[in-house]
Amino acid sequence: MLTRLEKEIVKALQEGLPLVSRPFSALAGKLGLTEEALLDKIREMMDRGLIRRFGAAVRHQDLGYTANAMIVWKVPDSLVDKAGAVFSGFSQVSHCYQRKTAGDWQYNLFTMVHGRTESECREVARAMSEASGIEDYLVLFSTAELKKSSMKYFV
Amino acid sequence: MELDNLDRELISIVQSGLPVSGEPYRELAEALKTTEEDILARIGKLVERGTIRRLGAIFDSRRLGYTGTLCALKVPPERIKAVAEIINRYPGVTHNYLRNHDYNMWFTLLAPEKGEVDRIIGEIRRLAGIDEIISLPAERLFKIRVNFDLTEG
Repeated sequence: MLTRLEKEIVKALQEGLPLVSRPFSALAGKLGLTEEALLDKIREMMDRGLIRRFGAAVRHQDLGYTANAMIVWKVPDSLVDKAGAVFSGFSQVSHCYQRKTAGDWQYNLFTMVHGRTESECREVARAMSEASGIEDYLVLFSTAELKKSSMKYFV
Repeated sequence: MELDNLDRELISIVQSGLPVSGEPYRELAEALKTTEEDILARIGKLVERGTIRRLGAIFDSRRLGYTGTLCALKVPPERIKAVAEIINRYPGVTHNYLRNHDYNMWFTLLAPEKGEVDRIIGEIRRLAGIDEIISLPAERLFKIRVNFDLTEG
């Protein structure tokens, strides 16, 4: 469980780092900490894996990655470990998850691929299929972004 | 506004990691051989135009105690706008995309407790009048990478 102070730090850090010379000092003041104490606490939270990284979330469309494919795979249980490892080895794959199946949806491995074009994404899918031996897959492109936001925790 | 080379280098660095130190922007400036003022102005512009969606900590929602899932549903084309409005109203819905499949609407949902996730899905079913919403929680994470290669322009 997180302490009250840790929750307060999460709330402060999810708002975006101030664009001033000593941004952590600015935040520390509001939290009643010294700058050094806050930096130590943040590093500790990174070591514990609460904070995955400290950096920028970017809009990939602006960087030329306009095609966004969710490639889903039907993988037998005995092959999930191997396929997950093979897919993760592709630099174009940003996310790879095994998910539960439900009802008529039986695809259990999910990979996200961002590309400059749809055909580039399909090429990657083909290469992933060849490398893994998994042939039952679908390439689902996003045709509209209805919402994309950052989660606000502990509000 | 076009991105110049320094913008690209800057984005490349800050998406994989900002220094956790007293003067992070000065460190970036030194690495990129420019001034702190220039870095602050550039980041300010990139945030303003939305290329940087957020600068700060990226959290592991599970380690913070949150439960998440990916949901999909089949929405008739004429109802997409209304159903999206119902779904997007929940702060725990962070992403919602249309995709080319019978399951055409896909959204992610985060909540502090599993019970809350189920309750919200039930509520969406009722409000949207769509029974068939599948929930596909992650069982295992193989990879998360967030930085994009900018070197090819």
